[in-house]
Amino acid sequence: MDSSVHTSLLERIGDVVLPGDLLFSFSPPEAGDANPKADRLICGPGLRRSGAEIRVCRAGVLKHKQPNMYWVNCQQRRYVPAKGESVIGIVTAKSGDVFKVDVGGSEQASLSYLAFEGATKRNRPNVQVGDLVFGQFTIANKDMEPELVCIDSCGRANGMGVFGGDGLLFKVSLGLVRRLLAPQSDLVSDLEKMFPCEMVVGMNGRVWVKARTVQHTLILSNLLEACENMSTAQRHTLFRRVADGGI
Amino acid sequence: MRDTPLSNCERLFLLKAIKEKKRLDGRQTYDYRNIKISFGTDYGCCVVELGKTRVLSQVSCELVPPKDSRPTEGIVFFNLELSPMASPAFEPNRQSELLVTLNRQLERCLRNSKCIDTESLCVVSGEKVWQIRVDVHVLNHDGNLMDAASIAAISALSHFRRPDVAIQGRDVTVFGPEERDPIPLSIYHMPICVSFAFFLQGSFLLVDPCEREERVKDGLLVIAMNKHREICSIQSSGGIMLLKEQVLRCSKIASVKVSEITELINKALENDKKVRKEGGKFGFAESMPKERITTLKRDEAPVEMTDVKETADDIVQRTETTTETVPSPILVATGTAQIGEGIVNSWGLDEDEDDELQTEDRKTDEVVVITDSEEEEVVILNDQKSKKTSKQK
Repeated sequence: MDSSVHTSLLERIGDVVLPGDLLFSFSPPEAGDANPKADRLICGPGLRRSGAEIRVCRAGVLKHKQPNMYWVNCQQRRYVPAKGESVIGIVTAKSGDVFKVDVGGSEQASLSYLAFEGATKRNRPNVQVGDLVFGQFTIANKDMEPELVCIDSCGRANGMGVFGGDGLLFKVSLGLVRRLLAPQSDLVSDLEKMFPCEMVVGMNGRVWVKARTVQHTLILSNLLEACENMSTAQRHTLFRRVADGGI
Repeated sequence: MRDTPLSNCERLFLLKAIKEKKRLDGRQTYDYRNIKISFGTDYGCCVVELGKTRVLSQVSCELVPPKDSRPTEGIVFFNLELSPMASPAFEPNRQSELLVTLNRQLERCLRNSKCIDTESLCVVSGEKVWQIRVDVHVLNHDGNLMDAASIAAISALSHFRRPDVAIQGRDVTVFGPEERDPIPLSIYHMPICVSFAFFLQGSFLLVDPCEREERVKDGLLVIAMNKHREICSIQSSGGIMLLKEQVLRCSKIASVKVSEITELINKALENDKKVRKEGGKFGFAESMPKERITTLKRDEAPVEMTDVKETADDIVQRTETTTETVPSPILVATGTAQIGEGIVNSWGLDEDEDDELQTEDRKTDEVVVITDSEEEEVVILNDQKSKKTSKQK
């Protein structure tokens, strides 16, 4: 059963799927299956299981990752919080021991003051309203408000925490964020080749950049926003023009 | 819905950039964003894009009784609405301070400056006058709504046409657009708003602030001016203290900007009029850019079928005309034969010579059939004739 299922799915990798498309329907596995793990299929974002059927609930391109994960890539700007994703938030309120952080979703996330590295009751982190925080979701489901932390499971910061003096924060689409965060992203390497810069990318579409001068920072932000709908050749042409000082 | 808050580093960076006279999108201090004016299918409908700020304006009219205090003047009514689509901060059916400010400013700019001739809207004094209503809808808010709204309103008023009216005694007849051409409004001048944002206690000045610059600004100064350099209204808000030299300098900058925008509006109106006169396509759909991912528009391609028969006939005629050229070489050959016979007829002499002529006739026939070498024999025959004539003498 698993080979036929994956074969039928693999034929559609790279296709554009529409909401409501039926990917496949499977029969319950027989009792004598030797390898039960091979039958498992993980539905990523954009796919949904309804009974014995798997349907598409978002328009985009069907993607696959070995051995058994399928998802749909789509273009959107609105962020839905997901567990384990790193985001850039803006502190909007402070109520007692909890900060309210705006992450661009439908609800504000909460962030405890004990979720910073080395924070205790006596040693409180210096967080003001309007500061930027880079954190990770530990609780993010549809039934309750999401919760952020700025430490990993070992208790270390690992680059998370309050940041943001002297940089520019702007918003891009989620598709561009995924391209920036890809492991072999030539976009980021090309940018760093032009100007030495510091960049924080959040999964919610927020990007913070800082370069040596204000002019370089502005050029970087405009380049990043412009690169969203460009092919590689067009981008290289634009970067060459910028490097020559034409813009 | 709550709007996204502005972070501290964003505010600090923006102010630092303004100190260095740099803007987020690379503009200069006194530059406007790209203004685009497009008109709808009906008269009086206009969309203005000021960068990413979009404003829709629609003008309509109806016959109403006039006000008692002014029986000979028409009524001009302005309404500006902040659509919830424009910004997450805008909520429907909620009179916010921004809405009241914009509405009041638009009314002062366009009505109190007397840019529309309201007395020409009077049909029957005290009984029937035209009421012009201008509805302005904000579709996307990216800063500087006042300038976009004023440009949209004045463009729509210039583009609008009202129905023609005929008065005979007590009878008032309103003609439809099919019966008579609608009449444009009588507009004296075009007041246009120019916004100036002040930063850091009025030390720095920006023209046409975008949405993030508007959040950081200390105060806002709006100057409404027409292209004759007449100031129609000035409004300052935000609680800043300005020197009068600053206001004077702003008015000089505003006069330059208003001249440019007025020229742009006139060019857009002229283009639209030319397109409608030539019977071309107009409306919002035509102004959409093609070859975009988010835009799909495809024209129908008509196939010409009525000329098929004529085309085939033309092809047949061309074939026939080529065959007509074939017989002409035969005629040329025939012409050559006739020339030979003509030479024979020119020899008319005595009876004795007739016999000789007969033999010569035969020889000449041979000459015609054979090549040029026989022509020499003809010359020889002429010599024999000369000898015979000498013998007779």
